[in-house]
Amino acid sequence: MAEYDFDTEGVKKTITFLNRKAPYGTIYALEVLESVLISAAFEQHANIVFVDDGVFQIKKGHDTADLEMKNFLPTYGIIEMEKEDADEDEDMDMNWRIIVEKESMEARGLTPDDFKVEVEVLSSAELADVLATSDAVIGG
Amino acid sequence: MKFGILVNEGPFTHQASDSAYQFVKAALEKGHEVPRVFFYYDGVYNANKLSAPQADDRNVVKRWSDLAKEKDVDLVVCVAAGLRRGIVEDNLMDGFRISGLGQLTEAAMGTDRLVMFGD
Repeated sequence: MAEYDFDTEGVKKTITFLNRKAPYGTIYALEVLESVLISAAFEQHANIVFVDDGVFQIKKGHDTADLEMKNFLPTYGIIEMEKEDADEDEDMDMNWRIIVEKESMEARGLTPDDFKVEVEVLSSAELADVLATSDAVIGG
Repeated sequence: MKFGILVNEGPFTHQASDSAYQFVKAALEKGHEVPRVFFYYDGVYNANKLSAPQADDRNVVKRWSDLAKEKDVDLVVCVAAGLRRGIVEDNLMDGFRISGLGQLTEAAMGTDRLVMFGD
């Protein structure tokens, strides 16, 4: 009941954010995205992973006008910027990877050029290794 | 071992909250620590004190609340996910508190395992 005080001083972990769902049919994509953005403040290593219909989350050209929902595709650009800033800043120990599962991408007729952000394409087996070596997996 | 728990679904529609509760109870009985449970997505509905299930069914919200009081588990509801769904201080069950998503990152950083219960 009382607020727990975690000692996170100097802790460096690898958190995988697992996106499995299409962008607008459910709220998972948007809320995972919000949790990724917050975690940046903690300077942890992160894998932002897209599998199954989750690969559509970063497909170029979302048009949500008829859905009357917020188009959050631009927010993935912010994630890419955070990643690039971390890559360029030598003082910052924060490694972010944006990963698409190859099988999910190909099954949906997509190629890396279809995505709004630059991605690493990994096979299902390679992705399994990424998950196995993560300290925590957060997803929706 | 120290466990962090993430609950992704609300009560009743999905079993996720029941499974999470049973997991936490079993882990505590085995002598493990569960310092924090974080409620995200529709999981925030687990903190709705207006929930009133029929008397012959389990009361998911009250069960979490009792566990928090008896075992000193920190039940945290995401403020952004809660606001969207109308879970605010006014209807927040005893034993829960509302805070930011940083509390989830902290739970991932400060525990041996983060266990996620969802659909």
